[in-house]
Amino acid sequence: MTTTQPLPSRPRRFLRGMRDGVPIGLGYLAVSFSLGIAAGGIGLSAVQGFLASLLNNASAGEYAGFALMAAGAGYLELALVILVTNARYLLMSCALSQKFSPETPFFHRFLVGFDVTDELFGLAIAQPGYLDPVYLYGAFAVAMPGWSVGTAVGILAGDVLPGRVVTALSVAIFGMFLAIIIPPAKENRVVGVLVPLSFAASLAFTVLPLFSGLSAGTRTLLLTVVISGLAAACFPVKEDAEGGAA
Amino acid sequence: MSGNVYVYIFLMAAVTYAVRVLPLTLIRRQIESRFLRSFLYYVPYVTLAVMTFPAILGDLNAPLMQLLPGLAALAVGVALAWAGAGLFPVAAACCAAVFLAEWLRTGTLL
Repeated sequence: MTTTQPLPSRPRRFLRGMRDGVPIGLGYLAVSFSLGIAAGGIGLSAVQGFLASLLNNASAGEYAGFALMAAGAGYLELALVILVTNARYLLMSCALSQKFSPETPFFHRFLVGFDVTDELFGLAIAQPGYLDPVYLYGAFAVAMPGWSVGTAVGILAGDVLPGRVVTALSVAIFGMFLAIIIPPAKENRVVGVLVPLSFAASLAFTVLPLFSGLSAGTRTLLLTVVISGLAAACFPVKEDAEGGAA
Repeated sequence: MSGNVYVYIFLMAAVTYAVRVLPLTLIRRQIESRFLRSFLYYVPYVTLAVMTFPAILGDLNAPLMQLLPGLAALAVGVALAWAGAGLFPVAAACCAAVFLAEWLRTGTLL
């Protein structure tokens, strides 16, 4: 049906990406604002914080990196910790690699790879059919300034916004996640079980003494591999059912 | 801080970019294995679910009353997403739910 229609024009796709990037950019502004407060706390200047966020685009990874900088860690240790805290992007990029059309020019993979974040990945997989880099660049154009400027503003202004507003804005990200995972959970019986199961497992790993020492990044990676692996082994996806997201 | 700040920042950026771009550039063909395809199909939903809960509740060591705004956001978000609302409405409603719940809980607006 839709595959036989020509794509909308590039500016139109870019603008659509920008529109869908607005909640991401707003959420980033709030989250990176608190990241900026942490960065300011260890003595980074606004320019350094802006640069770190513009180049890294990773919340957990940047938090971890800043903490290691403050501790005067060696370069190798820093690289290893960044590798582990960001390892979930490896899985996301594997999934995204399958969504590229064979016709999409290769250089787009280098550009898309610059900003594979939890939220933008969610946006990318929520689109039906092949990945449209132009649409994604529109979302990047809103999300990246939100993230890097938010960090710099956080460093400069400390807590200029009322804490209550920051608290409220910080759940925007989770609202987006829910908007991405709940509709397929309603449609697909396996996903419908996996979502509450993942909630429960994540809660257990957060509070149980044996696992609560794991960093959030490691917990996410571990649970993702185990739960998705079990689901794939027990409930392999039928070829016709996976077209939407895989 | 013992190392150079800019070396730290660029090193972080290089490792992070490598993690993201290597799978995108090295995996150029469709993956044939049904297990791997199924695995990659499930990954996003599991990852996002794991990152959403219980993080949406905030600090779990806080008294139960302080977890209520997060629970309200979760309930509102799931209900609206179930009803088919888009990314922005769901995200905005979650923020509003937290703001209102905090207001009700404390009796003060800010």
